[in-house]
Amino acid sequence: MVHAEGQQHTAHAKGQQQHPISVYLWIWGLLFVLSVFSYLVDYFHFQGYLRWSLIVIFMFLKAGLIVAVFMHMIWERLALVYAIVLPPLLLLVLLGIGALEGDYTFITRGIFFGPRS
Amino acid sequence: MTQPVRTGTGEALPLPEGLPGIVADWSSDQRAFKNVSWGKAMMWIFLLSDTFIFSSFLISYMTVRVSTTVPWPNVSEVFALTFFGESIPLILIAIMTFILISSSGTMAMAVKYGYERNKKISAILLLVTAFFGATFVGMQAFEWSKLIADGVRPWGNPMGAAQFGSSFFMITGFHGFHVSVGVVFLIIVAIKVLRGDLDREAPGFLTGRKGNYEMVEVMGLYWHFVDLVWVFIFAFFYLW
Repeated sequence: MVHAEGQQHTAHAKGQQQHPISVYLWIWGLLFVLSVFSYLVDYFHFQGYLRWSLIVIFMFLKAGLIVAVFMHMIWERLALVYAIVLPPLLLLVLLGIGALEGDYTFITRGIFFGPRS
Repeated sequence: MTQPVRTGTGEALPLPEGLPGIVADWSSDQRAFKNVSWGKAMMWIFLLSDTFIFSSFLISYMTVRVSTTVPWPNVSEVFALTFFGESIPLILIAIMTFILISSSGTMAMAVKYGYERNKKISAILLLVTAFFGATFVGMQAFEWSKLIADGVRPWGNPMGAAQFGSSFFMITGFHGFHVSVGVVFLIIVAIKVLRGDLDREAPGFLTGRKGNYEMVEVMGLYWHFVDLVWVFIFAFFYLW
């Protein structure tokens, strides 16, 4: 990795990303395979935690490959990578708020609009 | 626009790797993003803000789906198509996914051939990407009209929870809009490449920026992002 970085340094100095075509073709193929896998999750009617974990695993693998290779993130300097990749982690807060709020609404709807006992 | 004065230390600072590199790059009153033009840095920052927009949509979709007491429609069946008398679940969405991934592959190679000054191949790949994008939007239009014909509306539908329609139209509509804008810009960039604007550093019609092949890469960043967003929509809206 260190060697590859050194060889590409001249290209980087001009702000250019030049990589062999095989890299892109490999990632393209992998994305296809991963998409097939995530489709098969639905096709074979996996349910419950198995379904959700498989969906999320394939999703993050695909997203990672696209960002890392197609968008050249692994070849960028760490300052840019962190500036772009870390801020979305804040969304976990919004995710938590949404989950709490949604559950609360669900319970109150069950109490007020549900069948009377 | 006047160029800032280059001081002698402009490019001579050491560029350590790893964590010390972050500190060195961000500190000492200098530009933070080395080896990256402002155009590329700004596209990344725009994409970051777009990430927050789409994430807000997906999180609000989660919130309404969690909170509804009415069962959610069976997405797998809603988006099934019948071929030769056999109903295949979610097949349209799967095809759309493959089309968008293919367009990402051609886009990545268009960037590569652009930097190699191979105008013809680069422009062809850009136009192929635009074609895939247009196909995607076309299939989405088909999907929308099918659902509208089935009675799905933003305020309700015959299959289940009313929130299904509003989430569906909002999320896929916003994504489809991004794809459509991308197709238009792909065609513009392809014309620029083909005409040799980027070789001649011809100023653009809108901003007057000098043309260069990094424009193709910045265009690519946007396009890959559109594909990236679809990965999340596919997982959370169609598969969940």
